[in-house]
Amino acid sequence: MKIDRRDFLKIGGLGALGIAAKPVINVLSKGESAEASHGGGAVGGKRLAMVVDLKKCKEGCTDCIDACHKAHNVPDFHNPKDEVKWLWNEPYEKAFPEQEHEWVGGGMKGGPVMVLCNHCDNPPCVRVCPTKATFRREDGIVMMDYHRCIGCRFCMAACPYGSRSFNWRNPRGCDASGNTFIEKQNPGFPTRTTGVVEKCNFCAERLAKGLIPACAEACKENAIVFGDLEEADSEVREVLHSNYTIRRKPGLGTRPQIYYIV
Amino acid sequence: MIEKALVGSKKYWGLLIVLLAIMGVGGICYLFQWNYGLGITGMSRDVSWGLYIAQFTFLVGVAASAVMVVLPYYLHNYKAFGRITILGEFVAVPSVIMCLAFIIADLGQPTRALNIVFHPTLNSILFWDMIVLNGYLLLNILIGWNVLASERKSVPPPRWLKPLIYLSIPWAVSIHTVTAFIYAGLPGRGFWLTAIMAPRFLASAFAAGPALLILLALVVRKFTKFDPGKDAIQTLGKIVTYAMSVSVFFVLLELFTVFYSQIPEHMHHFDYIFAGLEGHGKLVPWMWSSVVLAVLALILLLNPATRKNENILAIACVIVFFSLWIEKGFVLVVAGFIPSSLGKVFEYSPTVPEILITLGIWAMGFFILTILYKMAIMVKEEIAS
Repeated sequence: MKIDRRDFLKIGGLGALGIAAKPVINVLSKGESAEASHGGGAVGGKRLAMVVDLKKCKEGCTDCIDACHKAHNVPDFHNPKDEVKWLWNEPYEKAFPEQEHEWVGGGMKGGPVMVLCNHCDNPPCVRVCPTKATFRREDGIVMMDYHRCIGCRFCMAACPYGSRSFNWRNPRGCDASGNTFIEKQNPGFPTRTTGVVEKCNFCAERLAKGLIPACAEACKENAIVFGDLEEADSEVREVLHSNYTIRRKPGLGTRPQIYYIV
Repeated sequence: MIEKALVGSKKYWGLLIVLLAIMGVGGICYLFQWNYGLGITGMSRDVSWGLYIAQFTFLVGVAASAVMVVLPYYLHNYKAFGRITILGEFVAVPSVIMCLAFIIADLGQPTRALNIVFHPTLNSILFWDMIVLNGYLLLNILIGWNVLASERKSVPPPRWLKPLIYLSIPWAVSIHTVTAFIYAGLPGRGFWLTAIMAPRFLASAFAAGPALLILLALVVRKFTKFDPGKDAIQTLGKIVTYAMSVSVFFVLLELFTVFYSQIPEHMHHFDYIFAGLEGHGKLVPWMWSSVVLAVLALILLLNPATRKNENILAIACVIVFFSLWIEKGFVLVVAGFIPSSLGKVFEYSPTVPEILITLGIWAMGFFILTILYKMAIMVKEEIAS
């Protein structure tokens, strides 16, 4: 095939047009793929989820919380106003307000429910973020970009689970008596700056190394099962199949990916 | 025309200096906030928006002052408003600037504010609010400035301005609607999850904006040789009356749905503001003040005898402004977070630096307003003589 100067320029021009059009096409096709994942099959064939067996969860135990907060350099400001938390316990009534009644039995009443980011399939926080600083990965993890977040806290207003924390003050600092807010820094995970939002990241940094989330690893009762819902013989699928599970505020259409055995 | 703002009486300079001083205090407090973080405010993990975002929400409403004079004048050829369209537009300009300043004051990372532009996100209402607010600001500066400049030269405004003036009318509707959408589309916040939020915003805006405009018109008449006109003020009074009635009606609709359906996620917020919840009731006196003021305002406004008396109309406008400020400039935002999405009642009150920063931004708004009004009125006086 002979290409003269004119043809070359034509092809080059079309190519340039293609490059220019790519972001536009990306934006358009993104809507489609979000639509496709409604049915369940997330792009990439992975859909990460967690099952928490509240029957195995021991009252007073905070192993999962401690492991998570240590691994992620979550600061402790010693006051509820500025509190930052990724994983914590709520009384049953607060975690499942729709399932609460006077006669709740099975030891659930008032009992601790481990709560965290639900890594929703349809996350309102991602919908409202004006900078895409919070986004949903193809495997279902709802992530934060601490460097892009402008700290508008729209995501905190949008999250129906109270899963998001804001750095009201410098997490790298220390209190008046010189105690650092991060007790012992884990050099393997970044600390954050003042003025950004943070939350559970499903231990994306550990998953990348082939490790399971820190909370699941720390639980001596094996109350936390983590895995891929797209994998038919995965443990999460097995546990979901053999147990009755509930989710937090399912009526809001967020499709949370943390399941609870009660 | 800016040179008109550089000459003035002692009173004029005195006012500017006082406003500058308040801005200075606010600015110093902002430096503390810059240094320490937003933890310097009363906001918390549970109540993550407070006074700043509430002021922003309220001031979007005040910006409606412009459309309420522009629409009758340009669409209905209501001549009495011809003299004061500029006054309406020059209230809208500082109002929107204050809105933007309050958003910046509320950002955890203000230096990254332009990320909204660098990473445009069409599904975020905040992105659209940025577009409509800046657009409205630009429209009002362009229209106000050019109309005034033509008036000064005694020529009709340039023809290219007409489409922009017409555009500014639906655009004004958009700023209230989009701002309401920030709240009305969040699944877990029962207090805000209501389709009537945008109509409520429009109604309260059309009351608060013109109410402030009436007060400013009366001030202008008292201190300058320019008279905005008795008819114009009376018509604005009627607009405030209608808008305030509709605004109160919309709130009553909200109360019916919430208290008759008795859905806890929606009702608890209203329980909190009207009666207190779990022993916490910081907003109760505020909310009831707003209710009492609203009723009082309606009595004064609906009765023609009191409304036609300019002194009483002025009092009614002050009452309307404060009633709506409490409702929209404080309660509406704060109560959306109480109880929290985990059903907890964690109260909020603004801190001293937070209040001073807020006052500083208000002072900045009034500073800009004073300068713009000075220019407009000097031009008007010049034409008259």
